[in-house]
Amino acid sequence: MSSLDRQLLSGDSAIALGALHGGVALGTGYPGTPSTEILEYLAQIGGKAQWSPNEKVALEVGIGVAYGGARSLVTMKHVGVNVAADPLFSVAHTGVVGALVLVSADDPGMASSQNEQDNRRYAVAAALPMLEPADSQEAYDFMLAAIEISERWHIPVLLRVTTRICHTQAPVVPAAPLPVKAPFFEHDLRGRNLIPANARPAHRRLRQKLAEMAEWSETTPLNYVLPGSQQLGIITSGVSFMHAREVASEASFLKLGFTHPLPLKKIAEFVRSVERCVVIEEGDPYLADAIRAAGLVVENKPEMYRFGELNTNRVKRILAHDVSPEPTRPPGKPPELCDGCSHHVVFQAFKNLDCIVAGDIGCYALGVLPPYSAMDCCVCMGSSIPIGLGLRHVLPKAEAKRVVSVIGDSTFVHSGMTGLAEMVYNPPPTGHVVVILDNSTTAMTGHQEHPGTGRTLDHSATGKIVYEKLGQAMGLEDVRVIPLGKDCAAFQSILVEALASEKLVLLIARRPCVLAAKHIREYEKCAPGTPATEVAHE
Amino acid sequence: MNKPINVVIAGLGGQGVIKASDILSETAFRSGLAVKKSEIHGMSQRGGSVTSDVRFGPEVLSPMVPPGEADFLVVLAPDQVEVNRSQLKPGGVLIAPDLVDSAKLANRKSFNIALLGALSTHLDLTVEKWQEAIHACLPEKLHAANEQAFAAGRQAANSLKS
Ligand SMILES: Cc1ncc(C[n+]2csc(CCOP(=O)(O)OP(=O)(O)O)c2C)c(N)n1
Ligand code: SF4
Repeated sequence: MSSLDRQLLSGDSAIALGALHGGVALGTGYPGTPSTEILEYLAQIGGKAQWSPNEKVALEVGIGVAYGGARSLVTMKHVGVNVAADPLFSVAHTGVVGALVLVSADDPGMASSQNEQDNRRYAVAAALPMLEPADSQEAYDFMLAAIEISERWHIPVLLRVTTRICHTQAPVVPAAPLPVKAPFFEHDLRGRNLIPANARPAHRRLRQKLAEMAEWSETTPLNYVLPGSQQLGIITSGVSFMHAREVASEASFLKLGFTHPLPLKKIAEFVRSVERCVVIEEGDPYLADAIRAAGLVVENKPEMYRFGELNTNRVKRILAHDVSPEPTRPPGKPPELCDGCSHHVVFQAFKNLDCIVAGDIGCYALGVLPPYSAMDCCVCMGSSIPIGLGLRHVLPKAEAKRVVSVIGDSTFVHSGMTGLAEMVYNPPPTGHVVVILDNSTTAMTGHQEHPGTGRTLDHSATGKIVYEKLGQAMGLEDVRVIPLGKDCAAFQSILVEALASEKLVLLIARRPCVLAAKHIREYEKCAPGTPATEVAHE
Repeated sequence: MNKPINVVIAGLGGQGVIKASDILSETAFRSGLAVKKSEIHGMSQRGGSVTSDVRFGPEVLSPMVPPGEADFLVVLAPDQVEVNRSQLKPGGVLIAPDLVDSAKLANRKSFNIALLGALSTHLDLTVEKWQEAIHACLPEKLHAANEQAFAAGRQAANSLKS
């Protein structure tokens, strides 16, 4: 099959193919459903892709790539953008030389996320242009368009997708690859050093770019009208367009692909051309609010449809003003820890000892479910250590001494190290106990490598963070590696000792994830580093 | 009519629901049809409910099978039949797990492909295209076992019909 043939691709794979054909020099990111497969597929088809320890670092590497005149792709799930928000807002001000495309993969319905935030708001807040594809073909096309927009206005572009775009396979016909320029460096001290004297004009330049893009938005074919009946007009974007086309094929459509800055003149003209105009969008009323703020009269969906994904039934109901309770489906079976998963023994011990568990995000968050019910909170990645410390600072001594923080290895590298710094710097009177669940992989999102595994995205050997050395270097009083077996007694007795000691203790509970263990052994054979399995034999 | 065929495949994590839907969508794709395949996945852990929607025909818009409009519901786990039954349209066809005895397959893990074999007897897609898709979606060492499973599923469904 030649590369220009029709291919069946998920939205994620289509974005990766677009990046490859768009001449992206480097893709960076941190795993997170539903964005993870973009970088994995980019590496598979011959692009250069790497996992960063977290999203902020991934974006900052991408900024460097784009300052060097090359094209960069940065991928993350919606909450990852919160982590990367600091550099994001500032790079909007500095602008870029090459291209910088940030993919935010949102998860309406929260199939595998901790919240339902709508990252279209980030385009407004950070003042970035935004594209929203409606299927795999557009995911591919818009990736290429994002590169062109980024280079034309020297600005980062937000490519905002959702779970249904990322994880739907549909045909894609690729286009001709974009010509690539050689990377180069040019000093621009004023442009890229955001001291206040430089940042003030930078903000004005940014607003000027947005004003130009707002004009361009009026004429770009990324925003188009599908003429139909004058009785009903629908303004829509993303996958909602597909649902709406299916149930109201007779309607007129204004399909928006470039959704920030919005083409308000085109929208006004469309609103005036129809008798009834309805905005069909998933999540927050981003379009509806902006259109109404411009003084136009459009119908917004009733509040009940803000929650969860849309589908054809829900769009029918919106069009029919139906706010009666929706039929519910019988609940499916929730996921549970795999048989033989190393997390079992740790949570059994927490349960046996009636610990107060400040938890974190990963497969082990399932420790909150029966039979363990042994996780008291789980807020965002990396929060386990600081929240545990906060609890220790205020609880009465007897309770404070039952508090443990538990964090996965990938999560620890992502955002756990600053928590350890806090622990050493502001130790609670009763000390504290942190457990790193070192299963040698980012299991939750499909077994990606990270800086603690000593292997790169494509599983070849590289430098490795060793938690026990790190803990010692940071000044923790007691650092222990505990190879986990099937029985929880050994781990439990060490935990009892640690809790009683009133010291700052780091326990590294080590055993590879059972689903990944076989692969890890194979990678180690091909690329011998420090074997993750060395201390895990029972 | 431009209406697509709607298939929902359901089961538990680790049973091969996604692989089965990959093969079905690949078969439709290779037959020159418009196709969309959509599922919610992302958790690595085994055991939870998984469903995948496949739609194909002259034109496909929404990637999700509209609730209650599945023409076919293929279920790999006995305890997932009732949970998903409401997906079927009135008169839709249920391909239930008791149709094929997994013990009789060359490889029990090919149970998902056996149920695809059963589904194939209801669809206007050629056996050649199915075979191509099985080859494209699975490693070579699994081809023989899965072709056997596919044939076993076809036979089971045909013997029910006659
Ligand atoms: C900011 C942010 N980025 C990414 C994710 C997605 N995510 C959730 S947990 C996790 C890592 C899990 O790995 P680890 O901590 O090693 O635990 P395991 O699943 O292996 O038990 C990831 C990537 C997220 N929830 N938030
Ligand atoms: S995928 Fe690995 S870490 Fe996750 S539950 Fe299964 S064995 Fe445990």
